[in-house]
Amino acid sequence: MTTATVDRKILPPPTERYTVLGWVYKNLFSTWYDALLTLISAAILYFVFAPMITWAITSAKWEVINANLRLLMIGQYPPGELWRIWACMYLAAIIVGLSWGIWVRGRRAAGIALIAAPFIFMLFPSLTLEDRLNLGGIAFAALAGFFIGRARDKSLSRLTTLSWIIYFPLVIFLVRGINEEKQFFGVVGSNFWGGLLLTFLLTVVGIVFSFPFGVLLALGRRSSLAFVKIICILFIEVIRGVPFITIIFMSQLVLPLFLPAGFTLDRVIRAMAGVIIFSAAYLAENVRGGLQAIPKGQFEAAEALGLNSFQTMIYIILPQALRAVIPILVGQFIALFKDTSLVAIVGLYDLLGISRSLLAQPDFIGRQPEVYMFISAIYWVFSYVMSYISQRLEVKMGVGER
Amino acid sequence: MSDQPIISCRDVHKWFGQFHALRGVDMDVQKGEVVVIFGPSGSGKSTFIRTINRLEEHQRGTIIVDGIELTHDVRDIERVRSETGMVFQQFNLFPHLTVMENITLAPLRVRKWKKEQAEEVGKQLLKRVGIPEQADKYPGQLSGGQQQRVAIARALAMQPKIMLFDEPTSALDPEMIKEVLDVMIELARSGMTMMVVTHEMGFARAVAHKMYFFDQGQIVESGTPDQIFKSPKEDRTKLFLSQVLSH
Amino acid sequence: MTQTSPTRSASTNRLLAFLRDERFLQVLSQIVFILIIGGVGYWLTQNMLAALARQGIRLGYGFLTETAGFDIGEMMIEYSRESLFIRALQVGLLNTILVCSWGLIFSTIIGLLVGIARLSTNFIISRIAWVFIELMRNIPLLVLLVFLHGGIFLQLPRVREAIALPGSVYLSNRGLTIPWLTLTPAFSIQVPELQGFNFSGGLTLSPEFSALLIGLSIYTGGFIGEVVRAGIQAVSKGQTEAARALGLSWWQTLRLIILPQAMRVIIPPLTSQYLNLTKNSTLAVAIGYPDLLSISNTISNQTGRSIEMISIIMAIYLSISLVTSAILNWYNSKVRLVER
Repeated sequence: MTTATVDRKILPPPTERYTVLGWVYKNLFSTWYDALLTLISAAILYFVFAPMITWAITSAKWEVINANLRLLMIGQYPPGELWRIWACMYLAAIIVGLSWGIWVRGRRAAGIALIAAPFIFMLFPSLTLEDRLNLGGIAFAALAGFFIGRARDKSLSRLTTLSWIIYFPLVIFLVRGINEEKQFFGVVGSNFWGGLLLTFLLTVVGIVFSFPFGVLLALGRRSSLAFVKIICILFIEVIRGVPFITIIFMSQLVLPLFLPAGFTLDRVIRAMAGVIIFSAAYLAENVRGGLQAIPKGQFEAAEALGLNSFQTMIYIILPQALRAVIPILVGQFIALFKDTSLVAIVGLYDLLGISRSLLAQPDFIGRQPEVYMFISAIYWVFSYVMSYISQRLEVKMGVGER
Repeated sequence: MSDQPIISCRDVHKWFGQFHALRGVDMDVQKGEVVVIFGPSGSGKSTFIRTINRLEEHQRGTIIVDGIELTHDVRDIERVRSETGMVFQQFNLFPHLTVMENITLAPLRVRKWKKEQAEEVGKQLLKRVGIPEQADKYPGQLSGGQQQRVAIARALAMQPKIMLFDEPTSALDPEMIKEVLDVMIELARSGMTMMVVTHEMGFARAVAHKMYFFDQGQIVESGTPDQIFKSPKEDRTKLFLSQVLSH
Repeated sequence: MTQTSPTRSASTNRLLAFLRDERFLQVLSQIVFILIIGGVGYWLTQNMLAALARQGIRLGYGFLTETAGFDIGEMMIEYSRESLFIRALQVGLLNTILVCSWGLIFSTIIGLLVGIARLSTNFIISRIAWVFIELMRNIPLLVLLVFLHGGIFLQLPRVREAIALPGSVYLSNRGLTIPWLTLTPAFSIQVPELQGFNFSGGLTLSPEFSALLIGLSIYTGGFIGEVVRAGIQAVSKGQTEAARALGLSWWQTLRLIILPQAMRVIIPPLTSQYLNLTKNSTLAVAIGYPDLLSISNTISNQTGRSIEMISIIMAIYLSISLVTSAILNWYNSKVRLVER
């Protein structure tokens, strides 16, 4: 009889997991139908993408993008006032850099990709030296923000959150200007806003102005006063139940009728009104979710302390509710960013709209594939990056400072 | 000078839909008195204490707090609420504010005190409940017992004449009950009028002047702790006490 | 005194007390709210009526019985320039129903496949599904539609040089030509053949219809894929383990255990996606497919009756939303897990 000597030596795991071949076998060819799937999908991928890539590199005429880059990005914004756009971008870079430094840990690859983006943009041949310098400046501003945020960490946290809130109204202010006489910091009318700039502005205006409106609707919807509740529910359900395009049509065609005689709004403002109404209804539903999550005890404690309804809302309920729905609100921002493309249907010159009008020019007829692929890529990149950042921030907010 | 009760209830009824929760409750509480209300769950004791500061509305009978009758008059309701402080079973601290902010919010906004004054009072109260060092922490960072003590401090910050406690220790882990009861005992000994809904019979024995046994929306029996513990008159009282005191 | 009496007593204060009664205040605030809303509404309506009067337009739906005077590109029922506006709207409604029905079917199939593929252990398959979903989530539908229509379908070669795909499917600038059922001379599948400048036999789907259907299907399919994935993942792993332990195959497990439970989680967001597809079909107006919105837009431009037309459209789409929500609520109550 032998007693098994227990050999406690710690062994390395079997090697197959560590070689490339082992991984390929496990993930792609583990069973016969798995292997079949792999081969078929590889074949399909090849047949679909090979022609596309060949087209993109050889026969596609990317000149159209190059020639119209400015138009696509900022529409007909007067070149002399461009500094304001750059200012907005610098500010954004600093704030994003700060936020990344303060709240994001790890994720080095994503961070590098973000910093590299302005440099990749520099490759466009039609940019001026000044443009390229500014792009570089933006990348450095973001890096600076990152390192400052990383160093000062907690102490800058409140300031950064505040700056996010102020940033959007500030952008509207900067882009529009104030001085009617068009001297220093004059007004740049909304009919000059175009391209990606207009897309962003529509989104920002939409969210910023729909915010108070939406919160009021959400509160009204929960009101114990029957009439208030009914009106709010009606408004929310009607706006959410109809297609967005009908609201855009309504704001273009019907809104002017409601205004007093002689009072006109330009098309961009009208579209913004439609976006605000639409966004407010969805925001109201999101905020309502946050309000419903607040335990009844919070209301009772406030009541018992003698706070009136208004004070309870401002100091106790809304801060908690809004904090809870911020991730959803960011999602709404991103969705709105994409939905603004519908204003192209009523002839506004947002990113999609200006592309269509561009394609009507004799020089660029038939260049649809190039232009549409380009703007698809732009939408995709901004949308994906915003989603990614929002996911990271959501994770961090759940754990970090209250 | 007439010795008028600071709380006076006559024939108080309350219905929740068809359910008759309070069935004619009469009670007088004198200034400085500590009153303990106990009874099985669903007996209406929480409902009753919440009618005192109008968190629940009574449908019949009169409730008079410090000379003010509780009716639909909003100003009277406000005045009653400023005279009473409440401590809840679930603490109900405001999670997005620090401990100090929780305590000073109401004095700043309702009584319109200056910040220094409110914070000074806040510091004193935190010392009184035994946790002066937690002033800048958030409720989520404190233990249950500490949170409840902050809740007591928060209610005291409004300088109420009456303190209402709705099962203040029922949501606490056993090892933290004592620290909260100690604060409540100190409060009682300092002369505060207190109405306490609780199962903690040790507390009742220590400081209660009067005990009320609630069952099915009515006061079944009342008396001093001595009377209740040593010679309960009603069968229901005896039954309940045997269940509560056996563990 | 043996009983406490309120320290405030004078009956002259009764009016003040009334004004502070919480019930009175509630009623008062509602009245104020009604007055404000009513006031604003009245002012807006006055402006509108004045503006209409200035333009010489009077509100009314009678114009619907007038002759349309415009052509429609494709239709499922009889229509011509002499038809009435109401007829035109019917054409539009049927076109919308056509594209939405097929869209719902295709997007569901695509969504199911993509959702399951996303969870596959095969790396390529799950990655392809991931890329597909991320593409659809981040590109606006309108851009996708315009790209499909303007960037692909309109760029296709003429019929004579049509691109031939396996299964007798042809892509040309006339659209997508596929084999289709025919009742004459006999019930059979007819394969399209090139004759002269056109195809004979089979079914030719216009570029507008094709782009819209394909766009709606893959776009919504991507979102449904995410819904399906989340639904399947919501079924706890223990279910899979128990089923496999009992000897059920992978496919059986999926079909009999996982999917039925996943359905409960999937149905509400799925219905929401269906509603989105229906509302999104209105983007047809951007690529020239004559759906309900498109036609009502044409009518609106021709007659200037924007208010009436918008009200009709909003009413129709709102009804669809409400009916769908009602069906969803009914279904939800039916499939609630029976619990103790």
